[in-house]
This record gives sequence, structure tokens and C-alpha cells, in this order.
Amino acid sequence: MTGKPFLTVTDLSIDFTVGSRVTNAVKGISFDLSRGETLAIVGESGSGKSVSALSLMQLLPYPTASHGPKSSISFKGEELIGAIDRRLREIRGNEIGMIFQEPQSSLNPLHRVSKQINEVLIVHKGLTQAAANRRTLELMNLVGIRDPEQKLNSFPHELSGGQRQRVMIAMALANEPELLIADEPTTALDVTIQAQILELIQDLQKRLNMGMIFISHDLGVVRHIADRVIVMKDGEVVEEGTNQQIFENPKHPYTIELINADPSGEPNKPDPNAPVIVETEDLKVHFPIRSSFLRRTIGYVKAVDGISLQIKASQTVGVVGESGSGKTTLGLGLLKLVKSQGPIVFMGKAIDGLNSKELRPYRAEMQLVFQDPFGSLSPRLTVGEIIGEGLELHQPNLSEEEREDRIVRALEEVDLDPEFRHRFPHEFSGGQRQRVSVARAMVLEPAFLVLDEPTSALDRSVQSQLVDLLRDLQNRRQTAFLFISHDLRTVRALADEIIVMRQGKVVEQGSADQIFDAPEEAYTQSLIAAAFDLVVKNKEVIAD
Amino acid sequence: MMSTDKQIKPKLFGLTVSPPTQRRWMKFRQNRRAFYSLWVFLILFVLSLFSELVANERPLLIKSDDGFFFPIMKSYSEESFGGDFPTEADYKDPYVQELIEERNGWFIWPPIRYNYTTISNDMEGEAPAAPSRHHWLGTDDQARDVLARILYGFRISVLFALILTVLSSVVGIVSGAMQGYFGGLLDMIAQRVIEIWTSMPQIYLLIILSSVIVPGFWTLLLLLFFFSWVALVSVVRAECLRVRNMDYVKAAKALGLSNLAIIRRHVLPNALVAAITFLPFIMASSVTALTALDFLGFGLPPSAPSLGELLQQGNNNRHALWLGLSGFVIIGLLLSLLVFIGEGVRDAFDPRKAAVE
Repeated sequence: MTGKPFLTVTDLSIDFTVGSRVTNAVKGISFDLSRGETLAIVGESGSGKSVSALSLMQLLPYPTASHGPKSSISFKGEELIGAIDRRLREIRGNEIGMIFQEPQSSLNPLHRVSKQINEVLIVHKGLTQAAANRRTLELMNLVGIRDPEQKLNSFPHELSGGQRQRVMIAMALANEPELLIADEPTTALDVTIQAQILELIQDLQKRLNMGMIFISHDLGVVRHIADRVIVMKDGEVVEEGTNQQIFENPKHPYTIELINADPSGEPNKPDPNAPVIVETEDLKVHFPIRSSFLRRTIGYVKAVDGISLQIKASQTVGVVGESGSGKTTLGLGLLKLVKSQGPIVFMGKAIDGLNSKELRPYRAEMQLVFQDPFGSLSPRLTVGEIIGEGLELHQPNLSEEEREDRIVRALEEVDLDPEFRHRFPHEFSGGQRQRVSVARAMVLEPAFLVLDEPTSALDRSVQSQLVDLLRDLQNRRQTAFLFISHDLRTVRALADEIIVMRQGKVVEQGSADQIFDAPEEAYTQSLIAAAFDLVVKNKEVIAD
Repeated sequence: MMSTDKQIKPKLFGLTVSPPTQRRWMKFRQNRRAFYSLWVFLILFVLSLFSELVANERPLLIKSDDGFFFPIMKSYSEESFGGDFPTEADYKDPYVQELIEERNGWFIWPPIRYNYTTISNDMEGEAPAAPSRHHWLGTDDQARDVLARILYGFRISVLFALILTVLSSVVGIVSGAMQGYFGGLLDMIAQRVIEIWTSMPQIYLLIILSSVIVPGFWTLLLLLFFFSWVALVSVVRAECLRVRNMDYVKAAKALGLSNLAIIRRHVLPNALVAAITFLPFIMASSVTALTALDFLGFGLPPSAPSLGELLQQGNNNRHALWLGLSGFVIIGLLLSLLVFIGEGVRDAFDPRKAAVE
């Protein structure tokens, strides 16, 4: 299928020197790539995959970063390590294109889309303004943006995430590079958009016969797109092989672990007679839009628009939907952390009319775990203080020793070393921090826990551990969970009932088995197809 | 990471501190200039706090047949040494000294035998007198010892700046935290008020006010405080605006904490880091503000030892170089020390600059 390799990387090592401390980010990796071939580099965060990709374009912060003496990156017979700046600038964006993970921050917010794509063409190809405009329009058509003429004059913030990523791809492809580096290009996107973008990248690669290096932590995506796969761990290649070899016959235990890392297991089945913990009917959260001058209300953003649900003890209700569908707001509205309209009955008492002081006694019974493990823990308090804060407030008559004891037990319950209570959040990994968040919520023994995307910032293997932990906790404590996620695999492993949300409204609601096995609505079908098989289905119902 | 050994909490001067604090202290110590500046400043400050023991017109201790006398602590009449008057003894008077020596007495004098108001008789020539054996830095135009005045003036400047800094920080931080955390209408109104307030010509207002009110230490402090409290507001406000959207603030709300508790435990500690880096600079500007008012003659009362007044004398008596020079050196030294310390603190709190361990 492929000819002679045009990119050969030999014994590439990357060290970062800060002060007198040297970190070996990459320890001597080698690979090559031919035209028309897709090489995927997979690994969890910190494995050195992104740094390796950046080093191909020599985009690392030199001289903080340095390569080992034997490292070589040979691109079409030319050595890139130590190449002069002028030559590197010619190569970047012209012969090697790159797509980044975060389309929001990779586009300049102050320039129109057309200007940003034109710039690449004018700098490298020396096109005139008119010729660049024509070519840009061509590119916009190529990457499948609807109404390209109109979108050309938009600013990045006026485009959706998927459209922005398409613009990024158009920029990367503007000069028809021979090598395309895609660094987690779909990680920040919703699943239906992810399927579309993957389809687009694959299609363009074939058409333009590019070599592609595809970096991802998501093995589902990699399996779908790669010809060959490199598995990296701690800066080293642990296994290398064709797609088939890696996925059907993995040799290295780490590869096997990664492949089997998908959250698994069956959700807890609640007792049909279990008491109802939370119940709401036709819940609405509307944010007023005010005119900028007189601050009159001129309309409403209907973030949550008429949701009814009921959660029993030891039941998990999963809320799925794409970003902006209102699922987080639903969780906050149920906890009365944002203003919501509609009756909420919590453990047999109506709480929708209470003010924040009257709600305080109920707070211990309903808790919340957030998505971002770095923003959700106060950086200046020890783990013990963070977990103990709720106890101090809600059970003030506990003695110092009793409180300490509860904190130790809470940490043990989330499988953390109790000695961690003396440490500060910054000393922990994302997964450990998320466990601390769970411990903070569970130490009060709440009856109801809202989990707002608790797994989405974590590596796959850590995700499945956390899912197992949550299921276990629920079994022991009979806690009712509202599990919010865009990740259908995780939801499937945990939730017994599913609500599919879109633009604040319910698209489909029912038991997990029914939703996953026989979805009725076209939107649900396309969501499931995109999440599990990475294919685009029912294109007319999904946004781009 | 999974070690089970007992965590050793870092200590600083016997106090338990958090690891970030300890790391910052390490970083501060590595900045030699800032670290030594801090020591020099502390030594000078402590020395000036005990100015009465260093520069005084009364002896520290007198021993005679009648026992021990502590003129520094207590005033004794001339009669108690066998003199003629019931008024306080003038220990520089040769007559009094003779009286004491007649009774087998001896004195322990401080190193400088003048305080900031003593009018000297030991000058060589007219006031302002050049530096001499008695007056190491000469005297000013009212025959007062310059070194003694500098010592007392240093103390008054630093104390003034310290109190002003603490006062304006407390008010600035509280007001910034309120604006940043609650936002909305409160923030909008407070911001506009501060904008108008800061655009007033401070120095003219201060001059006008101090010509109406008789200026003293506390009234000047109050006047300068009116304008200096805004310095920290914007920093703290910006930091609080950022922090209030963090998930851990939401988590604290979900726990049912009151707004005040959230500000105290979760918002302020983060905002304080930004504020602390500004403190030495605010202190330096407080010293300058007081000196400027004194120089213009709108500051402390004329007899008070003030560095600004010394500069003014230097300006009025340009032939007496020692006046202007010593004023310049001491103010320059004080401001440099504060700025060096400030730079060290700023770098120590900057997370982008890693400590070399």
C-alpha cells in the first residue's frame, strides 16, 4: 500500500531542563511514515505523545527543551533537528500541517476566518489577495462548511466547535502539505461532530495522499482511523504494529490494559419499591437576556425547558447530550444552585420555595461532584480540610477526633491512603483529585449526588476505575445518582435510566436498555452510532 | 506517591506552614539581594525602635552615693542630686555633672548624647554646623544633631508607612473582595466611585486639608489613608472575580456555606497572594508620600523629626552639604531596601519562576 518512508524519526529523545532538574519526556523513540499512511500515537496523558509531535515541527520551547545527541528527524532526506529558522518556517504550515486539539484557542479571536486562511496562503505561496480569496473559498468547500461565502466573514466565536475545527483543518491543508499532524483533533468535540470530523480527515487524506500522524488517547478513534499504531508510555514506545496486530493481538500488558480500559459492568438495578429521593415535574431554568442599555428583559435562554424525572434510592439516572444541551444546568437547577421553576420534592419535602438559608439543612443530603479535577479543589486547603469542611458545618458537635476519623474513613472508602489528608491538592493526579471530590461529597452521607461529567477530564483507564468506585459506593450507601455525561460508554456502565437532552428539552427518556438497544428518535440513533461506531448517521438531525 | 510514611509538615521559625509558603520562602532566600535587604531593613528598624537608648540627652544610668538613677525612664529634679531647682535636671549642664561626681557618681551615656529636639552647645561654629567629633553628621540650622534626627525620623517614617500600609490593605482587600465576589450592581457603583475618587488631584487636596486641620501623626495618617486604600482594590477584585467562578466555590455553595465563610476560606486566601506582592511597594510609596508633604512644609509639626524636613533644610542651606546628603542617603537607602524586598517577594510568589532546589 505504501512506498518508501518520507519521514524517519530515529532515537528521538526530548529532555526538559528547569533549573537543575531534568525531565526526560521522551526517551529514544523511532518510527517512520510513508505517503498516504496514517500512523497513530496513543498513550495516556504524560506519555510524551504530544511533545513528540511538536518536536517534528521543532515547535518546542528551546533551549528549555533539548534533544539527545543521537536524535534525528529526517523529513524527505532533510534533517530537521538543528535546521535554521528560515527553513523551518518554510516547512511549517507549508510542507507539514498541524491540527490542534482546541479550535477555540488556536484561532485568533480578532480576525475573520477568511483573513486567517488567506494569511497562510499569502505567506507561503505568495498568492495575491484575490487569488488567496478564491483558494480559501475552495478550501471551505473542501472541508464541508455550509454557506462558505457567509462563513468566510465570520469571527471564530460566531462558529460552532465543529465549524471551527473545520476551519483549522482548512488552514492546515491550505498549502497541501505532505505531512499532516493531528494532535487530538476531536477530543474537544461532541461525539456526533467527532464522527463527522474523522470522516472528513480520512477522506481528505486519501484525496491528497498525505502522510498523517494522528495523536489520541482514545483507542476507539485510533482503531477507526489508523494503519499503524505506536503505543507510548512514560516517554517510551511499548508496542508498535499494524492496526490489526495491536487491536486483535496485543502483546504488551499495557496495550491490553488500554484496550480493555472502557468502563464496563452493569448498572445497579434499584428495588422497584425503593423510596423516591428526588422528583421534579416540568422543571425549567430560564436565563433572562437583557438589553444592554436599560437592562430590560428582552427574552430568555431556555437552558432547561420542562424536564420531569424521578430518582429512587440506589438508582442512577444518566443525562446525556451534547455541549449546550442544558444537562449541567439541569443538575444545578435540581440542587437549587441556580434559580429554577417547577416543583422539586426531595425526600418527601418540597424544596422549590425555600431560600438559601432554609435550604442549608438539606445541603448535607444533596451533593455535587464536578468535571474539572483541577478547579474543584481549593488549592490552599489540605485534602483533610477540604473533606472536613462540610462536616464542620453540618455536624458541628463532632469532636476533633471524630471528625478526623470520618475523614480517614471517607478517604479509605474512595481507595486513597488516609495519610493523604495532610497533603495539598496540587500533589495529586487528576484521578486522585477526582476521588477526593467524591470523598468530599460522600463524607456527609448524602441521599442524592449529582455527578457532573466526573470522568471526562480523566484518562480511560482511570475513568473505568472511577466508574467502578461510584457503582460500589452506590451499592453500599443506596445513594441516588444523577449522572451527567456526554460519554455514552460511561453512562451505559452506570445508569439505569437515561434522559437524552437537546437544547433544554427531552429528546428521549427511558430505561437504559431501551435507549441503547432500540432508540426510537433519529437524534438518539445518530448519537449512539457516533459514540459506539464512529459513523455519521441521520445527518439531517445533527448540527455541524 | 502512594507512600504511607507519616507526612512531615514543613516548619518555618517554629510555625507549621503550607508547602507553597515554604517553597516561596526558599525562593525568597535564593534572591540574595532581597534577603540581605530584608535583614538590613529589620536591623535598622529594630535599632530605630530603641532610638531613646541610642540617641538621648539623658544618661542611661547614673550611680552615686544616693543609689541608682534611670533618667531615661523617670525624670528627676535637680534637687534630688543636691542642686538648686525643683525642675528637671539638665544632665548636660556641667554644674549638674559636677554635683553627681562629687558624690562619687558616674554616668552611662548613650552613644549619641542628643535626642531629636536637643539644641546643642557643642557645635564648632554657627548652626548649621559641619560634622565634628560631637556631631557625626553635623547639625541642622536649629543646632539639632542630624544623626539623632535621622534615627528618630527613620522610625517615624517606617512606623507611619507600616500603619498606613496595614490600614489601607485591610480596607482595600475587604472592599476588593466584596466587589469581586458579589459583582453586579455593587461592583458597578463601587468601581465608578473609585474612578472618580482616584482622579482627584491628591496632592493639592492634601495641601488644602492640612492647611485647615493642624497636621499631626494621626491626622496625616488619616488624610493619606483616604487616598491610599484604593491601591489594592483592583488587584484583589480581579482575583476574586476569577476565583468566584471556580468549581470549588460552587462546591462550597453546594455544601451550604454562607457567603462570608466562602469569601474567608476560599476566595481571600487566593486573592491575598496577589495582594502580598504589592505590600512592600505600597509601603515605599507611603514613605514617599509622607516625605513629600514634610518637604513642602504641610506634614508633621516642625519639631518632629522628619526626613522630609531634613531634605527641606538641605534645600534651604545649600552650603551645608551634609544636610541634603544625609537626607538623600537615608531616604534612598530606605526606599531601595523596600523595593529590593518587594522584588524578592514578587518573584517568590510568581509561579512561573521555579525555585532551584
